[in-house]
Amino acid sequence: MEGADGAPQGRQAGYAGGVKPAPFTYHRPETLAEAAEMAASLENARLLSGGQSLMPMMNLRYVAVDHLIDLNPVAELAGITIDGGRVSIGAMTRQRAVLEDETLARCCPVMREALGFVGHVQTRNRGTVGGSLAHLDPAAELPGLAALLDAGITLRSRDGDRTVAMADFPRGYMTPDIREGEVLTSLAFNAWPDGHGWDFREFARRHGDFAMAGAASLILLDRDGRIARAAVVLIGIDDGPVRLSDVERMLTGETPSDDLFRAAAALAADRPMAADALVTETYRRHLAGVLARRSLAVACARAANGGGHA
Amino acid sequence: MPDAPPKRKITLTVNGREYTAEAEDRYSLADFLRHALGLTGTHLGCEHGVCGACTVLVDGEAVRGCLMLAVQAEGCQVTTVEGLANADGSLSPLQQAFMDHHGLQCGFCTPGILTTLTAYLRDRPNADEAELREALSGNICRCTGYDTIVRAALAAAGAMREGGQP
Amino acid sequence: MSSTAFVGQRVKRLEDPDLLTGKGRFLDDLKLPGLLEAAFVRSPFAHATFTRIDAEEARALPGVHAVLTAKDLPSEMQGRRILLQVPHPQITYAVTQEPLATSEVCFVGEAVAVVIADGRHIAEDAAERVVVDWEPLPAAAHCEAALKPGAPATHADRADNIAGRLALGFGDVDAVFRNAAHVVEERYEPHRGTGHPMECRGVVAVHDMAGDAFRIWTSTQTPHNTQRAVIDMFGLAEDRVRVITPDVGGGFGPKNQVYPEELVIPAAARLLGRPVKWAEDRREHFLTTTQERDQIWDVAAAIDADGRLLGVKGTLIHDAGAYLPWGIIMPYISATTLPGPYKLPAYRMAVTVAFTNLVPTTPLRGAGRPQAVFAMERLMDAISKATGLDPAEVRRRNFIQASEMPYDMGLTYRDGAPVMYDTGDYPEAQAQALAKAGYDDFPARQKAALAEGRHIGIGIGNYVEGTGLGPFEGATVRILTNGRVAIYTGAAAAGQAHRTTLAQICADELKVDISDIDVVGGDTGLMPRGAGTYASRITVNAGSSVRTASAELRGKALALAAAKFDVKPEDLELSHRAVRIKGEQGDSITFAELARMTSGMPGYALPKGVKPDLEASGYFTPPQATYSNGSHVAEVEVDPETGRVTILKYTVVHDCGTVINPMLVDGQVQGGVAHGIGNALLERMVFDADANPLTTTFADYLMPTAEIVPACDIVHMESPTPLNPLGAKGAGEGGTIPAPAAIVAAVENALSPFGLRITDCPVTPQRIVELIRAAEEMSEEDTP
Repeated sequence: MEGADGAPQGRQAGYAGGVKPAPFTYHRPETLAEAAEMAASLENARLLSGGQSLMPMMNLRYVAVDHLIDLNPVAELAGITIDGGRVSIGAMTRQRAVLEDETLARCCPVMREALGFVGHVQTRNRGTVGGSLAHLDPAAELPGLAALLDAGITLRSRDGDRTVAMADFPRGYMTPDIREGEVLTSLAFNAWPDGHGWDFREFARRHGDFAMAGAASLILLDRDGRIARAAVVLIGIDDGPVRLSDVERMLTGETPSDDLFRAAAALAADRPMAADALVTETYRRHLAGVLARRSLAVACARAANGGGHA
Repeated sequence: MPDAPPKRKITLTVNGREYTAEAEDRYSLADFLRHALGLTGTHLGCEHGVCGACTVLVDGEAVRGCLMLAVQAEGCQVTTVEGLANADGSLSPLQQAFMDHHGLQCGFCTPGILTTLTAYLRDRPNADEAELREALSGNICRCTGYDTIVRAALAAAGAMREGGQP
Repeated sequence: MSSTAFVGQRVKRLEDPDLLTGKGRFLDDLKLPGLLEAAFVRSPFAHATFTRIDAEEARALPGVHAVLTAKDLPSEMQGRRILLQVPHPQITYAVTQEPLATSEVCFVGEAVAVVIADGRHIAEDAAERVVVDWEPLPAAAHCEAALKPGAPATHADRADNIAGRLALGFGDVDAVFRNAAHVVEERYEPHRGTGHPMECRGVVAVHDMAGDAFRIWTSTQTPHNTQRAVIDMFGLAEDRVRVITPDVGGGFGPKNQVYPEELVIPAAARLLGRPVKWAEDRREHFLTTTQERDQIWDVAAAIDADGRLLGVKGTLIHDAGAYLPWGIIMPYISATTLPGPYKLPAYRMAVTVAFTNLVPTTPLRGAGRPQAVFAMERLMDAISKATGLDPAEVRRRNFIQASEMPYDMGLTYRDGAPVMYDTGDYPEAQAQALAKAGYDDFPARQKAALAEGRHIGIGIGNYVEGTGLGPFEGATVRILTNGRVAIYTGAAAAGQAHRTTLAQICADELKVDISDIDVVGGDTGLMPRGAGTYASRITVNAGSSVRTASAELRGKALALAAAKFDVKPEDLELSHRAVRIKGEQGDSITFAELARMTSGMPGYALPKGVKPDLEASGYFTPPQATYSNGSHVAEVEVDPETGRVTILKYTVVHDCGTVINPMLVDGQVQGGVAHGIGNALLERMVFDADANPLTTTFADYLMPTAEIVPACDIVHMESPTPLNPLGAKGAGEGGTIPAPAAIVAAVENALSPFGLRITDCPVTPQRIVELIRAAEEMSEEDTP
């Protein structure tokens, strides 16, 4: 930390270490257009969705802003639309709503399985899909799902709409491709055909904790029981979710078997992994392999059983 | 010299009664309830969204009071631990069950657990032990080791099913 | 009415109705007119000196009333440090904290200034703007490294990082090791954790200028310790400092200490002439509230051919942290606890207490015993491996037998008395625990599980715990002129339900209902002498005091009524808050009338030998500690691929002598085990090589939750003690003490196909996988 006047070395602010946020001005747009206008015109502003990720950071003063624009009053941003296999989820849709939506669970069962890992009852009541995507924690489930499902993310600004493929959305650590003045409005993807297999799993020390690593897969089998299509993603190993296209290529056309899963897992683990003071790269790599293997086994088994409801 | 941060008037309903008070934009709902409204039953254990002691019901849903701004609760219906007892002042079935089963020791985490369970049992009156433990995984208790809390919740759920009311 | 209508019963708590309806009054709930709030400016460095503190920008913020540094504090505080409450001749550097650091800080979070403002938000805004000229210094980050030559100095002016040394022992250790059939030798490293009561600390202070008197509320376990420290610092008489304990949201040990904030906030209140509050937040709690458990044991056990202990010797390095607020008591407790329930002919332990630039360590639930039990129980399992004997059998062969009680195990306890185990049946406790846990069937279950690809394991932890520590905890029992009964005691409660327990004891003596009794604890103004709530001592001490005082008060009431009715006391009985002549038409006089009579009623002559006021006091002073014991059996499942540990079953046999309220004791055991599970699997305060804390939120420091902690199967044994009128022993810490040992043993047992050994705790999934892989690599090397 620098002293206020660029003073000599060693000089710095005392460590206050509190949990009350720095002051800001609160704004309450009623419509998406208003919100976009505010996002464009206010300096040093952030958008507030569920608050379950942003408010802790503001309370701990890791983040300080002059303006907070609350998206909660903007009703048009919430809602789940499923139309002929195309799923669109508004950014302000609560995580709880996604978890409990029966139609979504039928056409996209991996979402319900994944949402069960997201935080706790209280946080899912407020936390939103868009908030989690915009926050882009490396271990977050929703970005992982978006990557798995080849989702597109739509952003609205004063100038109109822009859609970003999830693959291009993470720019760096907790840095999504959201420009100044843009509001994330929705997540959309094509549901996989009926009868596909799915699995989402993660390893966290306690239920609801940030995952140390996670794996998710979607499998479609052809009439001969061979893998016609595969999508595999790892979360928690890098800045953003990692789609394992090399693993997917290896799986396509093959018949599911324990040996195949082991080989796929070895390939899945064969890439750099994040390390920090509490989790080594070695352990994370090991976990990623174990989770990938188990995920593929379950997804293939479910596909063989005709898919079905989460 | 900078100005003091401004305050704005907030009106909301807490435990069935309308309140109006002032708060800075950055005040959490929990701080507002405790200090602006004097409802100190809701407690602050961490203020970074993990311990659950600050849980209150906003429009019927359990939320972390430390992660919601007071200003966001404008016009909302809030229920705190002070509003859980029956109209005649007697303990609710859940509160009574906690007393019968030693579901609290120091009592600091208890308000957040009571509000969490009040909403959860309302939505899932037939919850089993595993579901209850998962529902409680967002509330930390350092004293009890949780078992008596789970017993109390199961007993309350049973009592409410028989009595037909939350 | 039977003589024990309440004692021994599962009486519901008097505390609950208020706590369940949000009417608790915790420190941060207190409202006083004109209350200002404080935020401290704390060091970001583990070790640094500093010269200038520039608070100009901070003071200029609207709503800021003052920014105080050490030199701004009252003259009485200049050059002073907090009183050391537990001196000991073996301490070589008895350093405690300054109220605010003057020129050197020795751990991240040590306070150098305080902001007093209209509210906490503003105070934090101002604290952020205080600029300090820091000169960082090298920091000692680990107790073993701190003792090596060339290590960074924890305190800049000291030549070494030694706080003190202790040596304990008995018997001819060298001889037994020469003649032993086997010697097992290992190193054990239990790691740091902390208490984390759900309510953090806090202080509110009011200064009355006219009387130069302080009223201080503090979230504490020991108001009298705070009072002692304040009168020492300010040079005041006792009656000028009143310390009041509000409702406290958990203590677990660290709230036993006196902290700098408890001196600075009263000083600020006096300087500003306004009430001042400081409510600690969780971040500060991570940085400044005391911690415990870091130790390094290098121990060896000598055994005969039958697996019997001949002797134990070793060294213990104890991490004191940066200061010594509780002296060197904890390593002393550790060293005296190691032998446990086992016969030990010879023992030698050399203890070095090391300073580090980390948060100071003081007793935390178990107070050095979890580590000692971990070491001893791991040794027992090592002996099992060396001899091929079953772990339960090794222990059986070494137990002190019930017939040998009272048993002098050869050492001296912290109160200076010999460690004399008074009562307890250790073999029976283990036997009952094993039976309840299905230990004998376990090998078959384990084999069946392994066939399914599941790794389950079982582990044992036995302990003996000194409780009921003196010197005293008094009680005054008084019948009020409104007919209610009041109990005043020094003991402050933090969830243990003293009100209920003490009321139960009194109610049985005075034949009233517990709802007729008001218990007021933790107020130095109402009870001038007190020690505090720690070391599992209140039921024994305050409970015994209540028993004797209540009995004396009963006698007094009977004597007064006997004089009034001109009958003998034996012709009278107590019932329904009155004294009546036995028999159907007997005359009676209410408690209220008796109280009015004796409180100074004009013209009333007290009977011969009866003192004024309807009250009696007791100050039970225990002759020595009384020893609780127990046996825990943990059954776990381990996923060797991820390292996840799930606790399947947890069995506790618990003996705390006479049980006053079984419901409360069960709660203490279940809660204690939860904390022990934390120490075994989850909780670790991690610091980097520069002594910076890395786990500073609940996202990094993992507390046990409802999904992790199973319901314990609790079996009670009661071996009453002759050492107090109740026959009771302490119960607050027994759940925690052997839990890490039992759980780690179970994890190791589950992974026995891999042949690994776990000697530290908590044991994390990552560590388990590392150990498995290391064991696999080693066996690959061995395989041709």
